[in-house]
Amino acid sequence: MSDSKYFTTTKKGEMAELKADLQSDKKERKKEAIKKIIANMTVGKDVSSLFADVVNCMQTDNLELKKLVYLYLMNYAKSQPDLAILAVNTFSKDCEDPNPLIRALAVRTMGCIRVDKITEYLCEPLRKCLKDDDPYVRKTAAVCVAKLHDINAQLVEDQGFLDLLKDLLSDSTPMVVANTVAALAEIGEVSSTATALTDLDTSTINKLLTALNECTEWGQVFILDSLAGYEPKDDKEAQSICERVTPRLAHANAAVVLSAVKVLMKFMELLPGDSAYLTSLVKKLAAPLVTLLSAEPEIQFVALRNINLIVQKRSDILKEDIKVFYVKYNDPIYVKLEKLDIMIRLANSTNIANVLAELKEYSTEVDVDFVRKAVRAIGRCAIKVESAAERCVGTLVDLIQTKVTYVVQEAVIVIKDIFRKYPNQYESIIATLCENLDSLDEPEARASMIWILGEYCDRIDSVDELLTTFLDSFADENSQVQLQLLTAIVKLFLKRPADTQQLVQSVLSLATQESDNPDLRDRGYIYWRLLSTDPAAAKDVVLAEKPTISEETDLLEPALLDELICQISTLASVYHKPPSAFVEGKVPTPTSNKLINQANNTTSAAESTEEPVEDGVAAPPQEQAAVIPSAVEDSLIGDLLSMDLPSTSYNAPPASAGDGLGELDLLGDLSGLQIGGGYGGGMIGGQTGVGGIFGGTGLPGMGGGMGGGGGGGGGGIDLFGGLGGQGPNPGIMFQGGPISLPKQEWLPAARGKGMEILGTFVRRGGQIYADMTFNNKAMQMMADFAIQFNKNSFGLAPGPLAVNSPLMPNSTASTLLPITPGGLVMKMTPLTQLQVAIKNNVDVFYFSVNMPTHVLFSEDGAMDRKVFLATWKEIPQSNEVQASVDNVSLTPDQVQQKLETNNVFLIARRQVDVGGLNQELMYMSLKFINNIWVLIEVKAAPGSTTVGLALKTSAMDVIPGVLEAFKSILHA
Amino acid sequence: MIGGVFIYNHKGEVMVSRVYRDNITRTTVDAFKVSVIHARQAVRSPVTIIARTSYFHTRQGSVWIVACTKQNVNAALVFEVLNKMVQVLEQYFGSITEESVKNNFVLIYELLDEILDYGYPQKTDSGILKTYITQQGVRSQSTEEQKQITSQVTGQIGWRREGIKYRRNELFLDVLESVNLLMSPQGQALSAHVSGRVVMKSYLSGMPECKFGMNDKLVIDKQAKPSTPEAQNLESQLSKRQGGGVNRSVAIDDCTFHQCVKLSKFESERSISFIPPDGEFELMRYRTTKDITLPFRVIPLVRLSTQNHVEIKVTLKSLFKAALTAQKVEVRIPIPPNTSGVKIITLRGKAKYKTGENTIVWRLRNMQGQRQSELTAEVELLPTTDTSKTKQTARVPISMNFEVT
Repeated sequence: MSDSKYFTTTKKGEMAELKADLQSDKKERKKEAIKKIIANMTVGKDVSSLFADVVNCMQTDNLELKKLVYLYLMNYAKSQPDLAILAVNTFSKDCEDPNPLIRALAVRTMGCIRVDKITEYLCEPLRKCLKDDDPYVRKTAAVCVAKLHDINAQLVEDQGFLDLLKDLLSDSTPMVVANTVAALAEIGEVSSTATALTDLDTSTINKLLTALNECTEWGQVFILDSLAGYEPKDDKEAQSICERVTPRLAHANAAVVLSAVKVLMKFMELLPGDSAYLTSLVKKLAAPLVTLLSAEPEIQFVALRNINLIVQKRSDILKEDIKVFYVKYNDPIYVKLEKLDIMIRLANSTNIANVLAELKEYSTEVDVDFVRKAVRAIGRCAIKVESAAERCVGTLVDLIQTKVTYVVQEAVIVIKDIFRKYPNQYESIIATLCENLDSLDEPEARASMIWILGEYCDRIDSVDELLTTFLDSFADENSQVQLQLLTAIVKLFLKRPADTQQLVQSVLSLATQESDNPDLRDRGYIYWRLLSTDPAAAKDVVLAEKPTISEETDLLEPALLDELICQISTLASVYHKPPSAFVEGKVPTPTSNKLINQANNTTSAAESTEEPVEDGVAAPPQEQAAVIPSAVEDSLIGDLLSMDLPSTSYNAPPASAGDGLGELDLLGDLSGLQIGGGYGGGMIGGQTGVGGIFGGTGLPGMGGGMGGGGGGGGGGIDLFGGLGGQGPNPGIMFQGGPISLPKQEWLPAARGKGMEILGTFVRRGGQIYADMTFNNKAMQMMADFAIQFNKNSFGLAPGPLAVNSPLMPNSTASTLLPITPGGLVMKMTPLTQLQVAIKNNVDVFYFSVNMPTHVLFSEDGAMDRKVFLATWKEIPQSNEVQASVDNVSLTPDQVQQKLETNNVFLIARRQVDVGGLNQELMYMSLKFINNIWVLIEVKAAPGSTTVGLALKTSAMDVIPGVLEAFKSILHA
Repeated sequence: MIGGVFIYNHKGEVMVSRVYRDNITRTTVDAFKVSVIHARQAVRSPVTIIARTSYFHTRQGSVWIVACTKQNVNAALVFEVLNKMVQVLEQYFGSITEESVKNNFVLIYELLDEILDYGYPQKTDSGILKTYITQQGVRSQSTEEQKQITSQVTGQIGWRREGIKYRRNELFLDVLESVNLLMSPQGQALSAHVSGRVVMKSYLSGMPECKFGMNDKLVIDKQAKPSTPEAQNLESQLSKRQGGGVNRSVAIDDCTFHQCVKLSKFESERSISFIPPDGEFELMRYRTTKDITLPFRVIPLVRLSTQNHVEIKVTLKSLFKAALTAQKVEVRIPIPPNTSGVKIITLRGKAKYKTGENTIVWRLRNMQGQRQSELTAEVELLPTTDTSKTKQTARVPISMNFEVT
């Protein structure tokens, strides 16, 4: 019986013929027709028009025919959802069939049909099948839950399938358990709500470990992969799991072995580093890994990619086995290339002689990529194993003599690296290199050669001629080569200025005038300016000693490596990329190991600290959104904001006195500027002038006060200061007096180049203070601290900043910074935002903080009773805000007390009877330091936890802040 | 997991396409054809990523068998599945060719349905699969039989069906070893290792529990001590018995077992016990690198006398004891592809130049230990215009086969 005839090309009218066959009574003809249809479907022909007729054949007792119809259905149901419903009936019937194979087939197929109507009908049969007597049906149903979850996750969760699935973990048949594990893992990966349900606990782990011994090889892989995601409680549990997983290393299936290796590698991290068990475990890993290399080449490839990770993590595992990574002549190229990588990783001073002999052999092979990699490997050996450097260089020179162009080019590239690592040791080979100049046609090789010429130009006689020949074709060169040529000629000029002036001039003009590559132009200009202004400095810069290169340049980042170790055997480990890099919509996996998380944190912190250091010239982009522009150069910033400098009567605060404070001054200047001189710096006046809102703040009847304030800002300040002293005496009933909020991180160390600032605001004795803690987390001491604020809503300005200076590394200093009003005013959003610049000897840092509103309530906020009444009436109803604070466990007296301690003053208090409840009504007032009044009606009832508030003010902008303040006061 | 499995012919036409996941579409199928099968440069990796879809492929002659996925799947598992799939198909209809795939595509679809569910591998033992998927259509089965099948498929011993009966119970064991040797031009062995396979043919009735013992000389995995005290005890006894000064033990670096072997028992007691599948299977593989005494020594001598004339002289020495005899000795000597004619002189055996394979095959029916034999060949080469090319051909090593009984 041959089926290949179904693949023959279709004739015209075939569809009609097939249709007729499908409708025929003869089973054989039907079957033939369906086979033909499936063949057509396979080659990509559209046979969906026959849908209805195919579905009609579904009702059959012939299992083979049924399977073919189901196959067709899975393919086309989505395109014909309406017709697909015709199949539901048969499916439901099949789910009740006495034959378990048919029951399973029906459930399996239904799960693959992504049509809502069908899915609806799937739930009931699925529920039954999950509890079926037959294990074959149960194992199919378990996978079906994962299918359904992919179609409609909500449905699965609502219908309680996840719980049913979890129950299956205790099933008596290992294969059911294995499929359940796989399904749970898949569901847990995509759905965060399900993750909690699918998390493994100790008892499940034990069940899984038992099932591990009994289920199929594939089931073992599912279970091991799930185990790898488990977090053992302690090292004992980790060890006991390891002990039960270790026997899997002898399995014939490479996937089982690799998954077991994954579990072991991961849990090893949790074992104490000095335990004997760990040592023996490490030894046990080597042999199975090596054995993987006798598997099929594709599996070897996966194994090698993983071994590459493993030796990076634990280089001791395979240190004795370098020989097994020697390349075999009939290895596929992908295996050869991977083996080379591992050989280099394992090379050390004891085995280098053999490795080198091998590599030399490889460099005469046929495959160009392989040869190149082998040559490069020789160079890497030289850099890695210092004792062998000379031999490696000798080998490379031999290779150059072969005159095979790609070998020569590759050799030149690695010799450049060798020169970087061992400067001034192997110049003798430069002559050989120069002989082969002509054969270099790849940019990287040419650039490397030119670098060598420039670096050693004082030892090569005819170097100017050589460079001149390169210069002739300057325009045609790759930019990499052009850059190197520019640098090399400048080096030459600095060493031999007498006879190379012509050369340097022509290269500089070529670079700056003829090129449209900005990198090249920039470098050209920098050299030009350096040379013309200060040749000595140019020498220091250009001929400076270069840092030697590190030996392992291609190591993966530790954080990534740790993540990949947890992904051993998966695609991520093959690509050496995190899964999120190649999987769509991948939720970043919670990287299991705590260790790993820590590692991640430290790296990211380290990275971000380094980030802004370098750019000295260009203005760094504004990193802090909505904060002060990071100023570097006065004029630059001035230009940016198109403002004139400086302005009016603003006095730089004492803190900013001292050297290098240009930036801080600037802030002052800027703010001063916008205010303009006309207001004389008076805070209240300024405020009226500037902010639209503030302009209208003056309460009727308060005009006098405002005017007075406007008269002399300074006086106003003094007044507040004086009043502060007479403020309500805090701390009688409530410890702590005016509330102070816990310190928050204002400037993280990562952004402050190691300077971390924590802080909060407090009001004491009528004065606002910023209570700050400076932590020096950098490696160097810090000194010369100074602070400045940007213009802000309340015209706050900092007093002198007293920090113990210098601040040594890893030490902490606390300071109380007095803050006074009287600075320049600009409305901020939110109102209480304060933009701060702090300077130390390292840099200037900008950040913004939100002040708690209550520190802005002034001590003279008690309004005269009559004025209060009048004001209350005059403020329109639209300016009244009702609010309430919940969960206040205070008596009305305590409420009053608490509020008064925080400068909200009682004007009048009365009791009212509302529906039999005694309510206390308190009329209170408060005044912001910039003379905005807020009138408050506080409703409190003994026994009630809710405090009602009615606020009236003409400056509605302050309301949210006041409410926030009330909340924190009453909850304090 | 696996999103779909496809089988392509050498032209890149799809012969079988079984999609398990919704995110795999017709375009996915075509992308592989365009980017890999039709690619101008031969692919350099068995794993390819195209537009966030990863493809795993393996080739059987001109047929490409491909699995694809959009998830971060277990790569080793996918390749193992593909290999097992190939084995299953071969056991159903012989070697996999374009012709055989097309002839059996309905069967393949049926098998793929059982082997993978939603991309998760389920059953890959052809012995069991054959009980309910047959080429002759479906046999009528009683309910009892159906029950038995399903319990067997999901059961612990998924590789053997119940109720097997043989009139004569037989068991055959073959040990196949291959010695891999890498020798420098100076005759120094760079690396040598032996990989061996123990292949078993079992024709036993019922559910027999077998134990496989190895003699005392065999020490598996010297470094890693077994974890239980009994096993350590056993091992120390073994080593005491061996302790006769001369190290006569054979150390095995590592071994792996067929899934029927109870691994936890091996780990704790070092005993290999199993219920074998019916018929032929590979019980274990092992690997050793230590103390390899080479059975033969092959000494080649190649001289390029003129540009187009090469003289090859191969000396074969048997190093084993004179009492033993090697049979069916076959030495394969590679020669350049541009050979036009070969003249061979041998003292013993027969040698032939095989044009298609560019090799001289030298066969000796038997060879005693401690003997020596020689072959000389004069190879005429076709002149080539590019002299560097003759240097650049892949240099295939000499290989040989023999049997010891």
